[in-house]
Amino acid sequence: MRRGLGRLLATRLLGAGAVLLTVSLLVFAGGEMLPGDVAQIMLGEGASEAEVAQLRRQLNLDRPAPERYLDWLGGMAQGDWGVSYTTKRPIGEILPVRARNTALLTVLTVLVAVPVALGLGVLMALFAGTVFDRGLSVLLLGLSAMPEFLIATAGVLVFAVRLQWLPAISSVSPDAGLADAARALALPVLTLSLIIVAQIARMTRATLVGLADRPFIEMAQLKGASRLRVLLVHALANAIGPLANIVTLNIAFLVSGVVVVETIFAVPGLAQLMINAVSNRDMPVVEACAMIFCTTYVLLLLAADLFGAAFNPRLRRSAR
Amino acid sequence: MSDLAADAGPAQRLGSRLPPTAALLSLAVLGFWILAALAGPALLPHGPADFVTDDGFAPASAAHPLGTDYLGRDMLARLVAAARSTLAISLLATLGAHLIGDTLGILAALRGGVLDQVLSRVAEVMLSMPKLIVGLVVIAVVGPSATVLVAVTAAVYAATVFRISRAIALDLVALDFIRAARLRGESMGWLIFGELLPNMLPLLAADFALRMSFSILFMSNLSFLGLGLQPPAADWGGLVRENLEGLASGSPAALYPTLAIGSVTIALNLLVDRWGSTARPREALH
Amino acid sequence: MSAPLLRVENLVIGPLTGGPAVVRDVSFSVSPGEVVALIGESGSGKTTVSLSALGHIRAGLAFRGGQVTLDGVDMLRAGREEVRRMRGQVVAYVAQSAAAAFNPAFRLNAQVTEPARLHRSRPPAAALAAAQALYHRMELPEPGRIGERFPHEVSGGQLQRFMLAMAMVEQPRLIVFDEPTSALDPTTQVEVLAAIRAAIEGRNAAALFVTHDLPVVAQLADRIVVMRHGRLVEEGPARQILDAPAETYTRSLLGAFHRRGAAPPRQPDSTARVLLQARGLTVGFGEGEATFLAVDRADLTVRAGQVVAVIGESGSGKTTLAQAIAGLCAPRAGGVVLDGKPLAGLASARSRDERRRIQMVFQSADTALNPRHTVERILGRVLRFCFGLGRRARQARVQELLAMVQLRPEHAGRTPRELSGGEKQRVNLARALAASPDVLICDEVTSALDTVIADEVVRLIARLCYERQLGVVLICHDLPTVAGLADEVKVMRRGRVVEEGAPARIFSAPQHPYTHLLVSSVPQLRPGWLEEAIRLRAGIQEAAEGQEAKVPAL
Repeated sequence: MRRGLGRLLATRLLGAGAVLLTVSLLVFAGGEMLPGDVAQIMLGEGASEAEVAQLRRQLNLDRPAPERYLDWLGGMAQGDWGVSYTTKRPIGEILPVRARNTALLTVLTVLVAVPVALGLGVLMALFAGTVFDRGLSVLLLGLSAMPEFLIATAGVLVFAVRLQWLPAISSVSPDAGLADAARALALPVLTLSLIIVAQIARMTRATLVGLADRPFIEMAQLKGASRLRVLLVHALANAIGPLANIVTLNIAFLVSGVVVVETIFAVPGLAQLMINAVSNRDMPVVEACAMIFCTTYVLLLLAADLFGAAFNPRLRRSAR
Repeated sequence: MSDLAADAGPAQRLGSRLPPTAALLSLAVLGFWILAALAGPALLPHGPADFVTDDGFAPASAAHPLGTDYLGRDMLARLVAAARSTLAISLLATLGAHLIGDTLGILAALRGGVLDQVLSRVAEVMLSMPKLIVGLVVIAVVGPSATVLVAVTAAVYAATVFRISRAIALDLVALDFIRAARLRGESMGWLIFGELLPNMLPLLAADFALRMSFSILFMSNLSFLGLGLQPPAADWGGLVRENLEGLASGSPAALYPTLAIGSVTIALNLLVDRWGSTARPREALH
Repeated sequence: MSAPLLRVENLVIGPLTGGPAVVRDVSFSVSPGEVVALIGESGSGKTTVSLSALGHIRAGLAFRGGQVTLDGVDMLRAGREEVRRMRGQVVAYVAQSAAAAFNPAFRLNAQVTEPARLHRSRPPAAALAAAQALYHRMELPEPGRIGERFPHEVSGGQLQRFMLAMAMVEQPRLIVFDEPTSALDPTTQVEVLAAIRAAIEGRNAAALFVTHDLPVVAQLADRIVVMRHGRLVEEGPARQILDAPAETYTRSLLGAFHRRGAAPPRQPDSTARVLLQARGLTVGFGEGEATFLAVDRADLTVRAGQVVAVIGESGSGKTTLAQAIAGLCAPRAGGVVLDGKPLAGLASARSRDERRRIQMVFQSADTALNPRHTVERILGRVLRFCFGLGRRARQARVQELLAMVQLRPEHAGRTPRELSGGEKQRVNLARALAASPDVLICDEVTSALDTVIADEVVRLIARLCYERQLGVVLICHDLPTVAGLADEVKVMRRGRVVEEGAPARIFSAPQHPYTHLLVSSVPQLRPGWLEEAIRLRAGIQEAAEGQEAKVPAL
């Protein structure tokens, strides 16, 4: 088992690396395709030609694209993310704070949502076909079919405008303590949790109910095992891989939710930074953010894949 | 008796198959929006760009059943116009995604070899990027417009559709009736249109509906972020964005487009749930 | 006679959604220590009845009336806890497919001893010791350690024996066997039957044995209950049912069995035209050290109007041989000659006419027919493709073909979904015939069919072969099916043809030890066959292994 999994890990890591390189190439190519001269754009219409030429040299824009691509790639590896077109300051200065807020938002969401979702999924499977299951199924289906901003807007309306329990704007100052940050993030986390709970709970139920069809489940019943034991021991043992896979994938899919939620609640995170950069066509910032999002995404997909394989009982070997 | 039913356990009634009323209701909702999008603008007295009240966020009245928006335009006219753009763009994008994805997916499954390898790798790279991030980068480069919206949405979903149709086709290609047809020496055309497609259509149709709902969510998100259709044109996501600040002062203008999006996507999902795709691989999530 | 252990009275079970019942008014009983066989073809309701003895009704079905009493407990009305207590301790279940019935996530020991854990009947160590004693009795290798493995780490025959051990570990008073041997190869079947016999005997355990396999019944059962279409046809002592059945249906079941292998002797014409020859055909997978030869230097001659049967158990390479002849996989060495002309390895490199002249009938009619096409379209496509027939001509020819395979004209408008298993297999056959082939390759075409239907299909193939002077290659795992119909039999094992000759000779005087093993494993109705087979096999198996070792490697 160890060797099989080790080889799997190695090939998947290589694959992920290749994918990331390709992604970086695409992102860089995107930046290159921006119409107009970057130095001209940065300096505005009134700049003299000499100024523009000097900035071009400064930004290495006079060098061939492949060279600049390699520089960009090497820079990122060392934490040098380039210079923002709009603020004219190194991107590396703002990224850590932004990334921290986004990470905090995501981690809190996962901590809140995953246990709730798995619990709901198991309960629905246990009571499959009952009113409880059917009602919740429709509710969760509806929830997962709604756009993220709808849930967020509803949250603002109820908790911030009507009840005034929570702040509608989640301005997290860089020096805020974790507790303050958490309170500020309550509404965004709640929104994101709703999105992810709907998906994970539905898929958990489907996985467990799908297993219920298998002959070994019937066999366990016929041996005299209780329904709870059948579900929690016999079915769940075979569901760990798929469930770990589902949870990880849904965390990866949280990206678009994060983008919307950060915008609505004005959370000073990476996504908000990226949206502003897209509006201003500040390509270096867009590229930096895109690379961070894509890397995280690829790593999560990789983890999901490996979880699925690691818990596959058929790959297990008894020590002989 | 009840005990018996309980003993049969979770296997008893597997799918969360909904009663036909839910499916009929879904069809009615979709039919309503399609009609509204087609005929609505011609029937309504006001155009979506006409300023009809002096102040923004006017309350509902006989003349303006849904009130007016933040600039004092008739909300009903805006909503119906947005229905047209939202449905048209998502339909075109989904058509594009399926045209590209299905063609390449079936070809990859049938031909195998290098073609399959190359296409699968390309799809893998595309699926390794979060769709919204891809959309954002593209819009950062070429700027927002309806054409860009259709192209981006079609492109990000084409890879997903490719994966799904390839998987469905691969399952079929391994079956003996395809092997029998190949053994006979049938042409690619017959294999695809005579043997494969009739078996794939129900699944592809289910995916089409699901994909369309995802397309609507995707473009609504972009528009909501201000990166979709540009004013004065608007889709539902754009209408929400425009009128969001009215919520605090009690204007429901932003709620109507929100409900519109929700009703269409939920109806599509309920339909798929009812007439089920058995193939709902993980990519179908987003 | 003591009071019955299990009493089924007027049992009615039907679909949850309504509609005709699948078990209609069935009554019978099982006394302590008695082995009762429940026989019937697929869809007869026999499995549904047997599961009711455990108080279990499968999803989609509902209990409608009657009573199932086990050891005084009304199993279909008792509370959930009481039913749980009965299961494992009083009644145990042995499922058809052990591979599917074991949980892939747990070790075998944990699953075999689970009934004891569930009912807290004895300490874990004692349960494990009991399990290991059972492994020993079932002749599982290394009884002390083999239970540490996962289900996917042991063979199918071994797994079936583990399931027996699992059923017996709590020493239940009734064991329900649901077709425990029908998924196994004949030689493995004998081993498992021996284990079952050992399990039942000397414990005074009663058994309800569900099967469609008459010889199995003949070896084990005290009494036989025959079911058809959910109804009880007849019941009585085993010998009486087997020797002097009262009902027509039972007679037809027995008739189909007796007919197998019995056919008017035919004089194979060695001067008949040679249609197809395979010479030194070798198909392999993998490279270098990992090379695996699925077919190793096989020769085959197919003459007009003659049936060549290729017999072997799973993994013997018989299907790969068929595929290589049809051009579905490329040979590494050797080749196929059609009418004196060498053929390319792969079908795609053969000419259209060459492809037409060799037709393959695939194993499973379920996957061999496009579910979205009508029978007319399935057959018509071949006619149009091969002969360019117009619509009228096609329709007429489709009717001819349907008549040829004994289907009715109205079958033309149906889709495969609307046909029975036997009808589908006939359409499958008709599709091959539509191309007017010279050579017909039939790959295990009866393996999914009930005995009576299978017998009819094989007879049909043989008749078409003689009447139309086709050359037929019949791939089969079942000796008796082909014995009377084939002109020549080839026995394959591990990719090699180990013996060939006239079927009568192979049956009466097998030369190769493996053929001997196969022949002795063919279940027979006469009492005492199982004991003989078990006694024979030990010696034969050794000889077979010895012979194998002598064959020089490539």
